[in-house]
Parts: sequence; C-alpha cells; structure tokens
Amino acid sequence: MLLRHIAHTRTGDKGNTSVISVIAYDRRNYPVIERLLSAERVRAFYAGIVHGAVQRYELPQLGALNFVLHDALGGGVTRSLALDAHGKCLSSALLAMPIPDEFVPLPGTHKTSP
Amino acid sequence: MRTLSTRPLRLGAGAGYSGDRIAPAVDLAERGGLDYLVFECLAERTIALAQLERSRDPESGFDPLLRERMQAVLAPCVRNGTRIITNMGAAHPMAAGREIIRVARELGLQRLKVCVVHGDDVLAQLSGRDLRILETGEPLAALGDSLLSANAYLGAAPLVQALAQGADVVVTGRVADPALYLAPLVHEFGWDMDDWEKLGQGTLVGHLLECAGQITGGYFADPGFRDVPDLAALGFPIAEVHRDGRATITKLPDTGGCVTVDTCIAQLLYEVEDPGRYLQPDVVADFSGVRVAQAGTDRVELEGARGYARPDCLKVTVGYRGGFVGEGQVSYAGPGAQARGQLALDVLRQRLDDAGIRILDSRYELIGVDAIHGPGLSAGYQPYEVRARVACRVPTRHEAQRVANEVEAMYLNGPASGGGIAKTVREVIAGVSVLIPREWVRTGVTTMEL
Repeated sequence: MLLRHIAHTRTGDKGNTSVISVIAYDRRNYPVIERLLSAERVRAFYAGIVHGAVQRYELPQLGALNFVLHDALGGGVTRSLALDAHGKCLSSALLAMPIPDEFVPLPGTHKTSP
Repeated sequence: MRTLSTRPLRLGAGAGYSGDRIAPAVDLAERGGLDYLVFECLAERTIALAQLERSRDPESGFDPLLRERMQAVLAPCVRNGTRIITNMGAAHPMAAGREIIRVARELGLQRLKVCVVHGDDVLAQLSGRDLRILETGEPLAALGDSLLSANAYLGAAPLVQALAQGADVVVTGRVADPALYLAPLVHEFGWDMDDWEKLGQGTLVGHLLECAGQITGGYFADPGFRDVPDLAALGFPIAEVHRDGRATITKLPDTGGCVTVDTCIAQLLYEVEDPGRYLQPDVVADFSGVRVAQAGTDRVELEGARGYARPDCLKVTVGYRGGFVGEGQVSYAGPGAQARGQLALDVLRQRLDDAGIRILDSRYELIGVDAIHGPGLSAGYQPYEVRARVACRVPTRHEAQRVANEVEAMYLNGPASGGGIAKTVREVIAGVSVLIPREWVRTGVTTMEL
C-alpha cells in the first residue's frame, strides 16, 4: 500500500520555501501518517531537491501534517529556472511512498486503486 | 449610528489570481445573493510587472483583466446590492478607479461610488534606509538601481474606512490577501481591531476564500482517488459568516466541483507555514485548533480559529530586475529518444560553456525524465519521447538570445531527428521581502463617483 491510498497532499510556496500538507482521508489514519512521515524521512525523500531544514507541524484534529521545506525551490520562485518553479509537483511525488506492513491502516479506511 | 449586521454575511470569491476565470464570478454576481464579491488578483511579482507597464504608459499599471471583469460583474452587482472589493489596482490603484468609473458609464449605470485605497507603495520611504533582505540577509541597498517596486502588505483598516464611506467598489494595490475578506466582516459586525480572536477567525475566512476555486474542488482531482464532479463547470466559493466568527463554506447549486472536509483542509493549510502562527498585518492568526465538519452537501462548517496581537512590522515585497533568461527546448521520440536528448544536452552544455556567455544559473534537463524532480525520484523510467530543455539566467538580453539560439541550432548541429524546437527570451523580474515599521506607511482613501 502507498501513502496515496490513505492521504492526499497539496504544495504551496513562499519565496525559496515549499510548504507541503499531507491530509489523511480518514482521520483514524492520522497515527499512520504521523509515524510514517517524520521530518527526517521527508527530508531524505526529497534528497537533492531540499537543501535546508524540514519542520513538521502536527494537526491531529484535522488528520493532517504540515511540512515546511527550506531552500527547496532553486533559490526562490521568482528567479528559479525550474520548469515547475513553484514546486507544485513536489507533493504528488510523496504519495508514492510505501506504507510498511506494520503501519497498516484500519480496515475500510483506505482507497483501492481504480 | 449605523446598525450592525446580525444575520450571517455572504462573501463570495470572484478570483483567486490575476488570470482567473471570469464566468464563475459572473454566476456569483447574478445569483449568489452576496453581500460582497472579492477579487484577489496579486501574486508576488505582479506589482513589479505592472510597475514596468506603468513606466511605459502612465495610465496603465493595473490588472490587465480589470476592464473585462468589471464589464461582466458591475451591472449584476449593482442590481443585487453586492459590493465589490479587489486588489486589481496593482501598481496604479488610482488609474484602476478611473477605469472602473469609465466602464460603469459605458454600461449606462446611474451611479457608482468607487473608493481607491493607496499607501502600499513605499518605494520612496525605503531609499537610504539600512534594511536587510529577509530571504538572504543581504543589504537591500545591494540591489542598487535594479529596484522596480516596493509595496507593503496593508491590513484591513483602510478598506474598512472605504466601506464606511459607502463604497460600492473598493480598489487597492498590495493588501494582505485575507484582509480583502476581513475588511467587510470588521465593517459589518463592528469587530474591534484589537479583538484578536475575531480577527483570527476573519483571517481564516479570508484565507479559505482567497484562492477561489481551490476550495471548491479545483486543484484537487486525482482520478480514482479524488474524483471531483463536473470539474469543467467549477463554481467559486461562498462563505456564510456569523457575527461570532463561525463560518460555513459552500457554493451555488448547479455548479461543478465540491466542498468537502478534504477540500477545506487542503486550502486551510495551503501556503501556511506554522498553522499556529500565520502572520498577518492585522493579527497573528492561529489555525492550529480549527475544527472542520461536513454540514450537508457542499456545506462545510469551520470554527476554532484564534488570534494574537498583530506584529510590529509590515512585510514589504520588493521587485527588481534580475537579468534575463534564454531558454530553448527540442523533442526526440522513438528508439533511443532519451540517449539523443541527453546527447543534445551534453553538446549544448559544452557549446554554451565555451561561448563566453556570463551564465549566472542554468538548467539542463529532459522533460519526461528528470525535469521536474531531478535524477533521484525519476531513476528507472524509460520514456517513449523526451524534450531536452536548457535554460540559463544571464545579465543581458543579448546573451539570453545567444543561449536560445544555440538550442535552435540543434536542428542542423545536434543529434538525429530533433523536432518542435521552441525558444524564448524573457526578463527576470525577481522579488524579495523586507520588514519595515508600520509607522512608515501612510494609507489614504480617494473617492470617485459616477
């Protein structure tokens, strides 16, 4: 199972900082994403893209995590030469992260592939 | 004395960025039953670009879609008693005000009061000051004469003043996006500007609506996982706000999209770094305790935002000329496409390195392979077709032209069967931020009447 089956994501940008939210479709899976996605794990996932620190903010009542990725947008949206200067596509990459068997979500709380 | 509103106020979002779609705003103006229709149209760089425009034509510098939007919504808004608030004034709010009056006259409207809020342009106040760029710590003075614009993020107060003067349309330049929505709440409910909890709640409403369709199912669909009904007919959002700050997000029936707990949480966290400290000119809003609940089809209730005392400083976005970019792209397809694309990049890198061009920054990448996320996440995939892309930032337009021309030369001078070459040269208008004491900013309201 992939993160995609239990959560959705959205990216925003502020200067050279990318902000990625990860939101569990079912709030009961919040403990799964909380355990799966440490700030260190997210930073390692984006190795070569994120050059600064990663902070994690926890919002259990929303079933969500908010990640702030510093030095992640090629020097800043307004000067970056990147095709996706805003880093809008960063969040969808994260959805490919596998969920290890020992983290398995509650039955009936995940989406199946179409 | 003005009577304060006791019924819920209906605010609609008419635009979430400068180029946003107009039809959903017209729908809201005609049948939204709105008290206010708000158009948020300024991205980080928009004012600097508009300033360049204004330097070429002194009566321009406002949003390029201002006329088209006003032609479409002014008449229904006047007919339905819906007041308009917008930052489409960009680099020249006064000229925007005059343009709105012209459009009203052409439409045959009988009367219209437009209030122009100014004071966000602080370029003159910055000269000679010792200020540091927030992003880099460098002195602002190092940008020298490349500076184009400096605009402070104003809060809701001057907009409230404009509404108190009876404006049918309030037009501004740079204002914190949520403040465009906070202003009518403060005006109608008589909230105090130091009632931090209410201002936090109003900021939440503004933040939820400021990107328009992004909360009604836009930018959300992922087939099979997040299906959005009738995305093509996406409707824009409405907030019903109570005097105590509770709010319901909804949209018009018979429009596409959806308003769900998931679309609302995605927008709630969008571009918010620390949800417990969302810095605004009027308040430090705290979204960390917000609760979200589905209250019916396409109806979501939110409550629990808080707030703390406003920051001492205002943020200023500074626009400056940052050189030029020359870019070119060329496609390869069929067997060996990736190898030929990679060869094109290698050849181009060597030619440009040897060309004596002052390259400040560059990208060499294959669209379809590694252009978006680099070599790490894309490893192990083989595409049928690729598009080689080279982009270099250089000091002058001439050097940018040379970069683009080298890519074009892949037709006769590159690997086999490259096609569909495109080249572009553009000036970079970059943006950075500084903080200034709020006392440096003097706002004002100018009224224009038809």
